[in-house]
Amino acid sequence: MENKNHHIVSALVENKAGVLARIAGLFARRGFNIYSLAVAPTDDAKLSRVTIVVDVEASLLNQVVSQLNKLINVVEIRELSPSDAVERELLLATVQCSPEKRSEIIQIVTALGGEIVDVDISCLTIEMSSTPERLDTLEELLNSYGILRIQRTGRVALPRLGYLAESKIESELKLA
Amino acid sequence: MKLTGAQALIKSLEHQGVEVIFGLPGGAILPVYDPILDSSIRHILVRHEQGAGHMAEGYSMATRRPGVAMVTSGPGATNIVTPLLNAFMDSTPLVVVTGQVATGSIGTDAFQECDITGITMGITKHNWLIKDPNEIAQTIAEAFHVATTGRPGPVLIDFPKDIANSKVDYQEPGAVSLAGFTMQTEPDPAAVSAAADMILNSKRPVLYVGGGVLKSNASAALKILVEQTSIPVVTTLMARGAFPDSNELNLGMPGMHGTYTAVMALQKADLVIAMGARFDDRVTGKISAFAPLAKIIHADIDPAEIGKVRRPDITLLGECRRSIEELTRALTEKTSNGNGDLKLPLDIDEWHNTLKGWKQKYPLSYDREATDVVKPQYVIEELSKRQEEGTILASGVGQHQMWASQYWKFDTPNTWINSGGAGTMGFAVPAAIGAKVGRPDKPVWAIDGDGCFQMTAQELVTASAEQIPVKIAILNNAYLGMVRQWQHMFYEERYSEVYLSPDLPDYVKWAEAMGAIAFRVDTPEEVIPTIEKANEIDDRPVVIDFRTDVTERVFPMVPAGAPNDDILISAEHADGIVQ
Repeated sequence: MENKNHHIVSALVENKAGVLARIAGLFARRGFNIYSLAVAPTDDAKLSRVTIVVDVEASLLNQVVSQLNKLINVVEIRELSPSDAVERELLLATVQCSPEKRSEIIQIVTALGGEIVDVDISCLTIEMSSTPERLDTLEELLNSYGILRIQRTGRVALPRLGYLAESKIESELKLA
Repeated sequence: MKLTGAQALIKSLEHQGVEVIFGLPGGAILPVYDPILDSSIRHILVRHEQGAGHMAEGYSMATRRPGVAMVTSGPGATNIVTPLLNAFMDSTPLVVVTGQVATGSIGTDAFQECDITGITMGITKHNWLIKDPNEIAQTIAEAFHVATTGRPGPVLIDFPKDIANSKVDYQEPGAVSLAGFTMQTEPDPAAVSAAADMILNSKRPVLYVGGGVLKSNASAALKILVEQTSIPVVTTLMARGAFPDSNELNLGMPGMHGTYTAVMALQKADLVIAMGARFDDRVTGKISAFAPLAKIIHADIDPAEIGKVRRPDITLLGECRRSIEELTRALTEKTSNGNGDLKLPLDIDEWHNTLKGWKQKYPLSYDREATDVVKPQYVIEELSKRQEEGTILASGVGQHQMWASQYWKFDTPNTWINSGGAGTMGFAVPAAIGAKVGRPDKPVWAIDGDGCFQMTAQELVTASAEQIPVKIAILNNAYLGMVRQWQHMFYEERYSEVYLSPDLPDYVKWAEAMGAIAFRVDTPEEVIPTIEKANEIDDRPVVIDFRTDVTERVFPMVPAGAPNDDILISAEHADGIVQ
């Protein structure tokens, strides 16, 4: 579960060997905690976008961003506050499911916007892409049926379009 | 032009204006040592790779140019890890080239293989593993750019043997452009203006001057600012020499072993102007009790230093020199436009009187009348008095370092070569050698402890072989003195593993065996004549074994973690003999 010390940091980094190690190493040696981390190339093959959910007090966030920004391979970095960002996360979960409970579970999953992606006699595998909060809700509900395996990707995020246009906080946080 | 990768590397270093490499060859770096024979670059063969790193640091600190070191893979590379940490902590620009096993062998636990880029990731500004011979010239250009631009620091280039042996069509590097390496060098004008207002309205301002002032070559600009405003100055351990000790507005060094006046000036200030300083724990003591009455203006090139320890009221993000110049300009403008209330120098006579009173009442002190033992402070005072202006002083880490910082008179920038952030014992001898290589025109002394000397003394062989005439004053108290001092004060005089012996090794014989001229001093009356004899020698290294008072402790002292207000002024004060 997320707590109030969670902040989203979004970074464009050079797509080079060892960049993730530099980022992870910096977190380790400065004593910051990574809650989740998602990395993938962007449309520009030379760049990857890294979305990190950081577990720090607000007063330390600037220190995290400033230290990360000192890494030569970090091209651009900003904090995204949840209200100014579109966030998504993907969840896969295999749930125990007796034949009697099957339709009940399917109802819950579809009501929340998830999908059933694999089925056998005693289990269901569910996929859902949504906001982390809705995934929390789904996870809680599925818990009562018995989750066998679960994998969440950690969130990815982009700034909201209106927010981009104003880009006020962004320019403050985008340290030169 | 077709070259080998090794030739391209050396050519790239020449292109950067490198005049000297400190290094030691070995298997993986072997190909690069061949073109050194044909190069204009001087190579200094060290006796241990740690020496190469510290020499490069000493060279850099004395010249403000990047220091270059080259070593082989594996243990050669790990032996230079300590200097990289040291340079990282003290923001010294260093370019270290390490040999690496052939690219095809990386990851196979090959002979002398070591993941040195992984090991040094956290103690370099950046490092590179060159995997394509066509990238050599550009990577070297980037490495020098990163090491010397913004807040300086060390970088490392890992150079595989097959890359060194490959053929490459050498082309001079283009302009360096790194998307992720940009910085603000000019301070924000609105912040400068606000800072000037804050200064004009302060009653008890102090300039807290750190190493950034030296890095940005801002000593002259600082002098003008101080002359125009009359703001008193404290110079941190990294900034000794950035502002002349002979100027009465210099209150000395702040911090754990700072002068009473420097420490208390910060404690009682209503405005602290931090210039290229990072609020290190050795300066602040207990952070919540540091400069409790002061507003803070923080000028620094590194955004990550702003608010890391103490949140400033005004931030001057940019080069220190530019911030100082702009501040001076803004102050002059504001005071010359007819507002009678605002004038320069500042109307802070009361503050000056307070500081003058403290200086008189609580000067640095030791028993100057001692006739039976050699006081370490006496040695340093007499050494300092007998040096021409601009003499460079290196030191190791410990009591002798603190006394050197306290009692040596620094009037010239870049003449104090010491290990601050990392506190690396053994720094003095190699750092002094590097400084002398960079500044052959200046006398170079090192004040070293007996413990420190034993860590890196073998580099005196390098100094003798390469005819680098440095002078080493060992303050030999037969102990790891600073540890002994803490055991004395905080562990009820239970001395654990700190005794070294005054004559094992015999420092004079050892120094002579390494090609130096050596003297021993047992009594106070021998101090001055021996210093004068040493000053006369300039064709080979000199070592003086000063047998100093074992019991002497460094004061003033703020115990670790205590508020600076709890400063202990003297041994009598610390031991409760006087209040």
